[in-house]
Amino acid sequence: MADLDAARDGMAGLRDARTGELRQETMVINMGPQHPSTHGVLRLLLELDGETIISCRPVIGYLHTGIEKNTEYRTWMQGVTYVTRADYLSPFFNELGYCLAVERLLGIEAPERAQVIRVLVNELNRISSHLVWLATGGMELGAVSVMLYGFRERELILDVFEAITGLRMNHAYIRIGGVIMDLPEDGAEQLRELLRVLPGRIDEYEDLLSANPIWLERNVGVAPLPAERCLELGVTGPILRAAGVAADLRKDEPYCGYETYEFDVPVRTEADAYARYLVRIEEMRQSLRIVEQALERLEDLPGPVMVADPKVAWPPRLSVGPDGIGNDPAYLRHIMEESMEALIHHFKMVTQGVEVPPGEVYQAVESPRGELGFYVVSDGGHRPYRVKIRDPSFVNLQATPDMIQGQLVADAIAAIASLDPVMGGVDR
Amino acid sequence: MRPEELAARLAERVPDVLQARGEVTAVVERDRLLDLLAWLRDEPDLSLRFLSSLTATDHPGAHPRVWVVYELRSIEHHHRVRVKVGLPEGDLRVASVTGLFPTADWHERETYDFFGVVFEGHPNLTRILLPDDWEGHPLRKDEELGGVDTRYHGATVPPIDRRGMA
Repeated sequence: MADLDAARDGMAGLRDARTGELRQETMVINMGPQHPSTHGVLRLLLELDGETIISCRPVIGYLHTGIEKNTEYRTWMQGVTYVTRADYLSPFFNELGYCLAVERLLGIEAPERAQVIRVLVNELNRISSHLVWLATGGMELGAVSVMLYGFRERELILDVFEAITGLRMNHAYIRIGGVIMDLPEDGAEQLRELLRVLPGRIDEYEDLLSANPIWLERNVGVAPLPAERCLELGVTGPILRAAGVAADLRKDEPYCGYETYEFDVPVRTEADAYARYLVRIEEMRQSLRIVEQALERLEDLPGPVMVADPKVAWPPRLSVGPDGIGNDPAYLRHIMEESMEALIHHFKMVTQGVEVPPGEVYQAVESPRGELGFYVVSDGGHRPYRVKIRDPSFVNLQATPDMIQGQLVADAIAAIASLDPVMGGVDR
Repeated sequence: MRPEELAARLAERVPDVLQARGEVTAVVERDRLLDLLAWLRDEPDLSLRFLSSLTATDHPGAHPRVWVVYELRSIEHHHRVRVKVGLPEGDLRVASVTGLFPTADWHERETYDFFGVVFEGHPNLTRILLPDDWEGHPLRKDEELGGVDTRYHGATVPPIDRRGMA
């Protein structure tokens, strides 16, 4: 008897208390900010009619750390260590965009060898970033093996990053005027090993997914965003290229000598989540091509990796010791025991650093997620006056409602996965 | 178009065109902003249909106090133009460009959040990165870095230098 009453009470909630009719209103739910498929702390306010999304409002800001404001209180060189932490899956791109902007204000260019190393680490970073997209996106759509494989291969790349820069992420390796130190002695060897292993692994992902009925079901035709709408909403990167627009800043506005490398810009026209998948997979292969060419160039490209100008170059010579990267012992002996002038110079450069002539500049690089822009303003001092990071994740995320309104809740997961937003970049 | 050509083309419409470091900047009065942006967007040889970025810089004590900066990109022609609008102290208002460039929506909200610039005609000009009840606009130059209480579920934790810990 009690069970029957409880059942009646339960039914009562579905009916309007006054008229006794079934209730028709929509339901508003929060997806996130704590949710395994929202790539960090993204919150989506969804209005649902059953399983169908009627409207969506992305809510962001949970990871705002004031990176732009912080740079105004630090020297130009310290700025690198702040911006690298914005989009934490593509740290080299943040460093590169910022340094290129400051170098343009200074009117200098990094030496040839440094440019090639920059290209090399950036393209490896593109692969490691796409691997996280593949791993997390795969997991969210039920392909757990892909998650394990993606992180496994990313680890190989991070090992090389660690050997080169001393750190797995937030490297602060690319600096104003070049890179902080040359590749380690066995660097080329490690990179060759990577180039030997990775192509086969990328083929494996394709074997696993490209014709997989579940993968197709979850991605083909899902979260469409045609080219015209991409451009209106400011969407760039693989999403735009999957909609048929071959926009790639490495080709359109080349930097670091990208115009001298041979590589293709993969384009699809379907403009759905599956097309974005195909574009990113192919981009990893193209990045490997570029890494190979860069590695070849480094073989007979001697030379410094930092500009010679003592008013710009970071003075300490570094080396990788048993506990990571640090000041080279020979250099420490030089400034502490041999040369008072060297010590004074060291002190001036570390505490004040480079002086940048007044002006403004906007420098964009092609990050794994699209146009990563740095609008940098100097008032002529030792600190930036303003550093604005135009992060592609921030702008691309605006397209979420367009992609998922009228679709099912499950498609929202696939849509976000295909957007590949990194909240560190969105919120900065 | 090369920067010199762009600058010459823009000079037809804007009296104040600057060229530096391979970049072209047009400085415009705020009542002419929408006209200019629509022209830049729709002229076939300029075709600056893509708004890359929108932000501001703050210069207390100067006139104008705040510059709002628009970075336009042409996907077809691979060139860029920057447009700047100066806003005087105490009257930080400018027309929203969301009608011309829907992408401006979040950029303008961020600029409002950080600098307090009011974009007139914006469909939903609310804070975007800071909490709704935040006071002030932190990227203004007269706002300090740090020194802000941490608030959580009604409790307040003072900033690290005021916690009385050695």
